[in-house]
Amino acid sequence: MPADRSVAVRRIASVRAAGSITAQARAGRPYRVRSLAAKLVLAPTVLVMLVCFYGSALWTVYISMTRSFLLPTYIFAGGAQYQRLFHTPRWQVAYGNMFLFGALDIAGTLFLGALLAVLLDRRVHFEGVFRTIMLYPLSISFIVTGLTWQWVLSPTIGFQHFVHGLGWTDFVFDWITRPDRAIYTLVFAGIWHQSGLIMAIMLAGLRGVDREIWRAIRVEGIPAWRAYISIILPMLRPLMVTCIVLIAIAVVKSYDLVVAMTNGGPGFSSDLPGKFVVDFEFERANIGQASAAATVMLGSVLAIVAPYLYFELARKNR
Amino acid sequence: MRRASREARIGRIGLYLLLIWTCLFFSIPLLVVIATSLKTSDEVRTFSIFSLPTAPGFAAWVKAWYSACTGLNCGGVHVGFWNSVRILIPSVIISVFAGSVTGYALSHWRVTGANIIMLFLLLGAFIPYQVILYPLVKMFSTIGIYSSLSCIIAVHVLFGLPMMSLLFRNFYAGLPEELVKAARIDGAGFWRIFVWVMLPMSVNILIVATILQTTGVWNDYLLGLIFAGRDNMPMTVQLNAISTTSTGVIEYNVNTAAALLTALPPLLIYFFSGRYFVRGITAGAVKG
Repeated sequence: MPADRSVAVRRIASVRAAGSITAQARAGRPYRVRSLAAKLVLAPTVLVMLVCFYGSALWTVYISMTRSFLLPTYIFAGGAQYQRLFHTPRWQVAYGNMFLFGALDIAGTLFLGALLAVLLDRRVHFEGVFRTIMLYPLSISFIVTGLTWQWVLSPTIGFQHFVHGLGWTDFVFDWITRPDRAIYTLVFAGIWHQSGLIMAIMLAGLRGVDREIWRAIRVEGIPAWRAYISIILPMLRPLMVTCIVLIAIAVVKSYDLVVAMTNGGPGFSSDLPGKFVVDFEFERANIGQASAAATVMLGSVLAIVAPYLYFELARKNR
Repeated sequence: MRRASREARIGRIGLYLLLIWTCLFFSIPLLVVIATSLKTSDEVRTFSIFSLPTAPGFAAWVKAWYSACTGLNCGGVHVGFWNSVRILIPSVIISVFAGSVTGYALSHWRVTGANIIMLFLLLGAFIPYQVILYPLVKMFSTIGIYSSLSCIIAVHVLFGLPMMSLLFRNFYAGLPEELVKAARIDGAGFWRIFVWVMLPMSVNILIVATILQTTGVWNDYLLGLIFAGRDNMPMTVQLNAISTTSTGVIEYNVNTAAALLTALPPLLIYFFSGRYFVRGITAGAVKG
């Protein structure tokens, strides 16, 4: 009986498009009815979202405009916290690092992810094996990822030591211990962890490209690499924008990776805003500065997400 | 003609070479960590971590599990492992249940402001943890459960809510409305339709959601660090503490073994349920 039902359901589902529910509601024959139970189920969700997410976020934004130091106070002080924040050397480094790390991480991850998707799209043997290897880092936590790369890049036990062992004793690769280079080592780990995801998303997009287009490309005698660069990848531009937004948000939020890999060091040379906030909140107990820094993080995420969602919704409604 | 086919063959070889090179980039860190964890302490001290173990053994794994040290506390990572399990099971069950019911209510019932609730959930998923950590700590202290098992479980459910709800909402919205209509004509209400019509068809999405939330909770570091308290420290927090302890000689074989033990549960889930894992990750990534 359940098997029959599911077959029937699938048949109906295949006939009806996913959007039919809203379409019919709009046509004036509402099939959805009101139910007290539905309201009761949603009430806690709404309450939790309003209090814990939006209420808390607004509280933090307000505290960032007060004179709070060790404990929150509610005396309004305008932009004083921000002025102080942007004069703090450690924040200047952390904030700058966010852009540096972000730019390189986005460029590297998108490039490698798209490249791998294109390679796998060429109907290769053992595709499953390649995919499995490219995607496994995604299942590993940022803590383990960070520690692993810390070991691999450590000059005393890792890659440099290995090359010395081969007899090439002049070889130097000590970026992770250098204040001017440590931030770049985070990019390796970031690309390693995320490019599988971008590969999976892009490959799904490539597989959805209309066969007629490929037929036309073959008729015109355009070589495959040329076709990808000038025709196929430009067609997937919306998907690439999605990928960029995803990586950018991950960059703004990143915390575990830097904690495990460099712990913000040497000194605070590889600090990031996420770590700055947690340290100022729970170790240095400076709520005012932490709230101002957290508000900058929130602003950064909104600056990425808001235009994206706006255009996405506009595109879908069209 | 022959030249074209030769070019094509060179292209194919280049393609496979590129793929193999990138796969080396992806797999070498894991292989290095595995190799190091199988070495003896003497070997770790004298060779680089890239060398192969001469006499592979699981001594470091045993030590990591039973007696790896965090400062003066030498309980091994099995303490963190069981803490993580205790956090994981209730968090995942409650999150998946809450997400499925919320998603169902938002998709097949007429609720005033459903679109606004969905927008709230969507935007909520983007708020960085750092923005709301401190107010949450204050709230949990006020109700007196801060730094406890129930606190960290509540926090995981809270942060999982937007994603889980939207995942289920998108799935249920794709199901045909006739199902609900027919059930309603038979006199079934909100809960009966959920249990007898919706849940039997949700097996796939339930697996995807469970995997997504399980790896998310297991791999979490920040929330465990702030909300779990000393007695419930999850495995990731303990692992980081062990690896950054700088007293005495650093035992890389023990540290790598501890890292592998921490990474093993999500890795196993990934290898045994690859398709579902990828679906969850991409669905979680490309919402709506």
